[in-house]
Amino acid sequence: MGVIHVTDRAGQRHTLEAVEGWRVMEIIRDWGLPIEGLCGGACECATCHVFVAEDWLDKLYPPTEEEEDQLDTVVTKPSSRLSCQIIWTPDLDGLEVTLAPTGA
Amino acid sequence: MTDHIETDVVIIGAGPVGLFAVFELGLLDIKCHLIDILPKVGGQCAELYPEKPIYDIPGFPMVTGQGLVDNLMAQIEPFNPTFHLNEMVESLESIGTPEAPLFRVKTSENGTTFICKSVIIAAGGGSFQPKKPPIERIEAYEGTSVFYAVRKMEMFRNKKILIVGGGDSALDWTVNLQPIAKRLTLLHRRDAFRAAPHTVEKMRSLVASGDMDLHLGQVSALKGDNHVLEGAVIRKDDGSEFTVDCDVMLPFFGLTMKLGPIADWGLNLHENLVPVDTEKFETNVPGIFAIGDINTYPGKLKLILSGFHEGALAAQRVHRYVYPEKKLLFQYTTSSTSLQKKLGVAA
Repeated sequence: MGVIHVTDRAGQRHTLEAVEGWRVMEIIRDWGLPIEGLCGGACECATCHVFVAEDWLDKLYPPTEEEEDQLDTVVTKPSSRLSCQIIWTPDLDGLEVTLAPTGA
Repeated sequence: MTDHIETDVVIIGAGPVGLFAVFELGLLDIKCHLIDILPKVGGQCAELYPEKPIYDIPGFPMVTGQGLVDNLMAQIEPFNPTFHLNEMVESLESIGTPEAPLFRVKTSENGTTFICKSVIIAAGGGSFQPKKPPIERIEAYEGTSVFYAVRKMEMFRNKKILIVGGGDSALDWTVNLQPIAKRLTLLHRRDAFRAAPHTVEKMRSLVASGDMDLHLGQVSALKGDNHVLEGAVIRKDDGSEFTVDCDVMLPFFGLTMKLGPIADWGLNLHENLVPVDTEKFETNVPGIFAIGDINTYPGKLKLILSGFHEGALAAQRVHRYVYPEKKLLFQYTTSSTSLQKKLGVAA
């Protein structure tokens, strides 16, 4: 067991219990935070876009070409990732992410 | 204009669930028209994941999104439904009674009007709309300096154009608008493009010959007064910023889904979903049904197969509204000659 820390779009930080093997998008959605995850984790929509805290970036598997293609459809920062492409493992206990803004 | 189309049922959304509803309605001799905002049928299956394999469609160990859509189109072919693509349902008015529902449905683009006895909403996550980038005050420029689609190229003659994105739309419009632009700049977050290689090459040669500019970065702010854009502030990955002069900006960030006008039709909504009962999948308005990802009820699973089941049950109740005098006889396609005739397979 472990946790992730998620800062929502209002700036409030939430600590969520994580489940091994779940996508970070799924953990966030299951706890009821506003993340759309329209395509259900198929890396096809970029509606689960998050910013990963600097010191966690290197601990993640780098994005696939497919994820990069989807990141092209949102306004990114160097710390941008799709949370459906981050599978939670105990190594990621304490992972810190911020929900990216959504367009109108 | 008093022209309108009279039909039994209007189905809003031509995704897999809307398509299969045509089949279930057709077996009951119910005619329908389908309306979809996309230029093609298939909804998310065709737009978001045409190549992705799906493993949980009964009877198909594996089928791609597009493969499923193609099969559904073949399956409903005997019922000859009419499609109205590139149209969005703007208004849905009830003009009947709860016992004998009747509706007037109007679309936006061509302003087609339908009069029908039932409406089935199979709109998935809502209607596909261009993704709007979260840039401060971008709304102030929409329609005057910021456009998410090109309707008339002439509008952009002699303009300083900033195109943002790295996909086919961004690249196609880059090479198409460059000859008539005063100056064209393409902005993308990285030096890789997921567009037709030929178009990417053309863009690269225009950059090499100095006929357009390519920058890597993100728009961080817009400059200008009174809805008239003058420039865009670009932030590079290293955090440094510079300004690109431009009169118009065309962001091409793909499509997303928005609930849209459904919110204004007098239906109960729960977190952007339409609550229905689980006997008929009817909404709070008799005669309006909601099936597939757009609906919600206790235990709802957003699976394509659930949407198929919901369509079959909704069709039973629609039959009562369309043929109030007729008793509905439950039949199987394996044994019923009358169903087989409708499918064009009777011996």
